[in-house]
Amino acid sequence: MNKKRIGVYVCHCGTNIAGVVDVENVAKWALEELGEEGVVVSKDNKFMCSSVGQELIQTDIEEQGLNRVVVAACSPHLHEKTFRTASERAGLNPYLCEMASIREQVSWVHTDKAIATQKAKAMVAGAVRRVAQHEPLEPIHVPINEATLVVGGGIAGIQAALEIANAGHPVYLVEREPSIGGHMAQFDKTFPTLDCAACILTPRMSEVGMHPKIDLMTWSEVENVDGYVGNFNVRIRKKSRFINLADCNGCGICEQKCPVKIVDKNFEAGIGYRKAIYRPFDQAIPNYPVLDQPNCTYFIKGTCKACEKFCPTGAINFEKEDELVNVEVGNIILATGYDLYDTKKIPQYGFGRLPNVFSSLEFERMCNAAGPTSGEIVLRDGVTKPKSVGIVHCAGSRDLNHNNYCSSICCMQSLKFAHLVHERTGATIYNFYIDMRTPGKDYDEFYQRVLEEKTFFIRGKVSEISDAARNEEEEGKLVVQVEDTLLGEQRRIPLDMVILSAALVPKADSGDVAKQFGISCSSNGWFSEKHPKLDPISTMTEGIFIAGCATGPKDIPASVSQGSAAAARVISYIETGVLALEPIRATVSEENCSGCRICNDLCPYNAIVFHDETMVSEINHALCQGCGTCVAACPAGAISGTGFSNEQILAQVKGLLMLDFAEPELEKVP
Amino acid sequence: MTKPFEPMIIGFTCNWCSYRAADLAGTSRKKYPPNIRLVRMMCSGRLDPVFVLEAFSGGADGVMITGCHPGECHYIEQNFKALRRVLLLKRTIEPLGINPQRLKLVWASASEGNLFAKEVETFIGEVRDLGPLNWQKRAMRNDLRLVESLPEEVPV
Repeated sequence: MNKKRIGVYVCHCGTNIAGVVDVENVAKWALEELGEEGVVVSKDNKFMCSSVGQELIQTDIEEQGLNRVVVAACSPHLHEKTFRTASERAGLNPYLCEMASIREQVSWVHTDKAIATQKAKAMVAGAVRRVAQHEPLEPIHVPINEATLVVGGGIAGIQAALEIANAGHPVYLVEREPSIGGHMAQFDKTFPTLDCAACILTPRMSEVGMHPKIDLMTWSEVENVDGYVGNFNVRIRKKSRFINLADCNGCGICEQKCPVKIVDKNFEAGIGYRKAIYRPFDQAIPNYPVLDQPNCTYFIKGTCKACEKFCPTGAINFEKEDELVNVEVGNIILATGYDLYDTKKIPQYGFGRLPNVFSSLEFERMCNAAGPTSGEIVLRDGVTKPKSVGIVHCAGSRDLNHNNYCSSICCMQSLKFAHLVHERTGATIYNFYIDMRTPGKDYDEFYQRVLEEKTFFIRGKVSEISDAARNEEEEGKLVVQVEDTLLGEQRRIPLDMVILSAALVPKADSGDVAKQFGISCSSNGWFSEKHPKLDPISTMTEGIFIAGCATGPKDIPASVSQGSAAAARVISYIETGVLALEPIRATVSEENCSGCRICNDLCPYNAIVFHDETMVSEINHALCQGCGTCVAACPAGAISGTGFSNEQILAQVKGLLMLDFAEPELEKVP
Repeated sequence: MTKPFEPMIIGFTCNWCSYRAADLAGTSRKKYPPNIRLVRMMCSGRLDPVFVLEAFSGGADGVMITGCHPGECHYIEQNFKALRRVLLLKRTIEPLGINPQRLKLVWASASEGNLFAKEVETFIGEVRDLGPLNWQKRAMRNDLRLVESLPEEVPV
């Protein structure tokens, strides 16, 4: 084995590091004391990440024949790639370059110069010893299947599917409900432009329905996901609609003739009705109805078949069963959306007990011209127009008893409600808010407009909504008890109608979905991004992307942007054809494996397979994400982890412990 | 006057949460005592008990393991495996003459720079109170005889 020739480069980072750490001293010490470890070059530079700094490394690799590089500078999360690329340019394998984070972990968090310098030296020693154990690595290449699976047919999923399909690549769009459209299809208007939601959404929906590259599977659910980036195998259950789709022309006669009327808790948010055979709304895509088996008279009593009798094309098929489809895709985009917080969980607001307290989605349906009241804003009795309306922001948001986060859309949604009530009823309107949050384009202008419409804004969290009148004025009304924090007094406001702007919460089964696709959730239940700022649409699992409200509350423009962004990433993967993965992977040595299978159950990605014939385990490198749990667990030490091997970590620990504490300096750096 | 005892702590941090929390503590210039030196791992589940023992025998007075909060692991659930190992390890090191309080597991997400700094500071204080470990020296002094005879370090 050839001799280690290690170059150490200590960065000043202007005064960021040099202000606390004696950088020259560290560099000098490394050359003098770590010579035995293989250090042959040790230098300091004002900015190692500058082109001058990078060239310094390159020149030394070329001229001094360095075969390992240590850069003591900032966190590897910032510049590891920079220095690895610089090493690679000089012909050194990029994985033979290691960083010591003496800025984030030393100069920025410590003040005593002598001790900080000592710690920086120890960290350099750790990195030098570690890098000596490094082996050249090559990225793992996996081919990418051209097809993509998009889960969720709301606006984010629609956008993602269209972007990919328009680039010429096949897409499978899976939606659980009978139609795509998601929550946006339920809305009447969208803020702040007051565009009609259906008018802007339905063209997109029909584009999806007709797109030759999109295979739309509604009333379907993903049952199983196998495989890894580039090569997923997904089993989808197409639930039976009890309709022969080839024969159905979507005339809707079955729906008219069906004698069963059911409260539609889903699309109509519980304030409207649908039949047992139905399309959720007129512009549904696809336009085929769904037979609701648990509520169908034929399935309950064995007679009826009115739909079959009147169907002009004979498309009804009571024997039709669920269909299982297997698809192979290279990437998956999850755009599974959100649920509305159940405001019954806030008992003091009286939803479900006081008839004229409405949830935001109920109000959306009520406003909608295609909704149960044809767009009339009326009380629960269905006829009386309210003369006074209260809108409660943050119902279940920003509340430690419910959800501690801001649901982001409720302020604007409440302003939209205020405008619609004003426009359609002329009622007096009160908005009860904690803080007004209007950070989007034209959002605050809309707030100004609503202010000019003489809506009252009361800054305070509503403590109770009740029907207990204390005087004549409150008789027969809903009374909102609130502390007006601007006036500094308690107020009781009698109103005809109250709308609760409920919080957005993760889908009830988001935890199961996350598990199915092998991604993680935050403590609130939203899907976790790879990086909250720099990679908000990727997940930790390669090839699985997230878009829209599945990652947290978002308005429509943000959901659309994320749909496009996820699509762009997928398209770039498809166009490349082959993906290079970080080679941080675990490998089983066949010779040393005793076949105990301890590792088999530890892997959350099912990357470890056991071969019965040879009685050894093997790790699939495309599935393995490199966490290293199996490496640590193997009792035979048969599993090694590239990039983070036992030898590397132990060598680093030894290096870190090389130096004891320095005598503290009397003079502290301010 | 003798030099006051300053403990040496080795920290094993998860690449995705606590290593980034340490980054954030740095970026936000949050000060904590310099007694800790960090090792990055891809996941707290990578923690091989040998790493901890090697750190103690190499001169560390305390070992801190930091991972993502339960349910937030970037590898889905591997931090629970770290938790299991740490609990077992605490029982293992006790008969070896190491106070289990010298080993600590902390959950810190990438956004919890302040928490990370605070936990480090607390742990350094705890280990400072326990005094120097000198595990290897004590073991040598005892001529590697049965570990029961190891002096001091009786857990409370």
